[in-house]
Amino acid sequence: MRSSQRAAQSVAALDLSLPQEPDLLEYIERTTGENVRNCYQCGKCAAGCPLSAAMDLQPQQILRALQLGQTDLIFASDTLWLCVSCQTCVTRCPCEVDLPRVMDALRSWAIVHHHAAAQREVVAFQRTFIKSIELTGRVYEVGLIGGYNVTSGHLFSSFDLAAPMVLKGKIKPLPRRVKAMDEVAGIFRRAQEVQQREARSGRAQEEKGGSH
Amino acid sequence: MNAANAYAYFPGCSLHGTACDYGQSTEQMCERLDIELLELEDWNCCGSSPAHMVNPWLALGLVGRNLRLAGQTGLDTVVLPCAACYARFKETQHALKDPETAARIEYVAGGAVPSDLKIEPLLGVLGKPEIRVKLHDYQQRSLDGLKLAPYYGCLLTRPSEVAQFDDPEDPQSLDELLKALGAEVVSWPGKVSCCGASLPISRPELVWRMSGQLLAWAAEAGADAIVTACPMCHSNLDTRQGQIRRAGLGDYHLPIFYFTQVVGYALGLDESQLGIGRHLTNAKGLLGRRRPVVTQAG
Repeated sequence: MRSSQRAAQSVAALDLSLPQEPDLLEYIERTTGENVRNCYQCGKCAAGCPLSAAMDLQPQQILRALQLGQTDLIFASDTLWLCVSCQTCVTRCPCEVDLPRVMDALRSWAIVHHHAAAQREVVAFQRTFIKSIELTGRVYEVGLIGGYNVTSGHLFSSFDLAAPMVLKGKIKPLPRRVKAMDEVAGIFRRAQEVQQREARSGRAQEEKGGSH
Repeated sequence: MNAANAYAYFPGCSLHGTACDYGQSTEQMCERLDIELLELEDWNCCGSSPAHMVNPWLALGLVGRNLRLAGQTGLDTVVLPCAACYARFKETQHALKDPETAARIEYVAGGAVPSDLKIEPLLGVLGKPEIRVKLHDYQQRSLDGLKLAPYYGCLLTRPSEVAQFDDPEDPQSLDELLKALGAEVVSWPGKVSCCGASLPISRPELVWRMSGQLLAWAAEAGADAIVTACPMCHSNLDTRQGQIRRAGLGDYHLPIFYFTQVVGYALGLDESQLGIGRHLTNAKGLLGRRRPVVTQAG
């Protein structure tokens, strides 16, 4: 389905007849400290958003869907994956809702609960980027582009830039690896553990679990 | 080491890679200004945008380890040229204010994380009164006659509660710096607009439009070049001009400088010392075409 059709359907679908997932709003408010219920749909976020034209759901519609517990709508939209966290919306929001922070928490939830991302390429890039850190502790551009091209299936993406960048000395031949890779591995392991626990347990369980 | 002008230095991955010209010009410029940079030992990536987008705890933990390394230098301030790294460091420090969150960050980071270090963008260091005096005393070439578009992008100033640097809608620090060196600063609508950030690999056509719009605005304002403090902005604006042209979205050939290159040039450094020849959109010769006026003796 084309994104404009999906968008039209999505907007029309913002009603209470859809299945609701109240846990999600609770999770978002608990983990971000943001009061999503404050949003009164003024649309200032969308007005300043540099990517709103490419999004099927506008940023404030994500908040509306959250208020209504319409999880499916949120995870079917490409908005989550197109937000680049430029922080314009939070700068201008009259209700002081930190929308980029909410977007982070929603992506986290989507990953833990295996919601398929509507923007496959964006996720392929993010995963490759993070894999690079996991393998070397740093981001190594050649590996990043190569890894992305294999993961996404766009094998020759960015190839036009490869030769000039090598000639200009912008691409280094070997990655500089962090020496204490055991520490980096530990960070990855514990970060995933905390993320999983946070997105799978309700407030009561989380409090029972105590501090970490 | 003179502690007053010594900083713990976090270059970040870009400055060791595709933005090596930013790294090179940063080090050269700081040496001229007697600013000592002590690079963190065995630092790791800050996580940039992808880490917090996939798992905020991973992002906080990665910076947590770096803050620990910065604390081990014994210096009280860590300086970051990269706007994205700066934003991640400030975000982590902001999160450390909440004791429960701090305990979790330390758990993920694998040890104590100092919360009291000063975190400054390199652009902020150049705004300090004592550095301004040095800039004035050490300037060898005026930028008189150059029309520059100061470009801040997103992450240096936003969200202001976290970044605590300059104004989020109409910042002035880079404007003032360029003016102090004699350049004319153009008024243009793009100074805090997003370049497309981390989308150029996955959704290049969106970045061509966003960066193309910035190039169009700067050109309309009569700018000879755009000046930035962010490696990601530089990459999108400089590297992608050929693709923007081939996509029929405008033919600009507009040089994009890091502010460190412009300042370094005013301090008497050569283009080759500042990595100006490494840009994909030719920027060589522009700074030198202006009258090389000696304003002060070395």
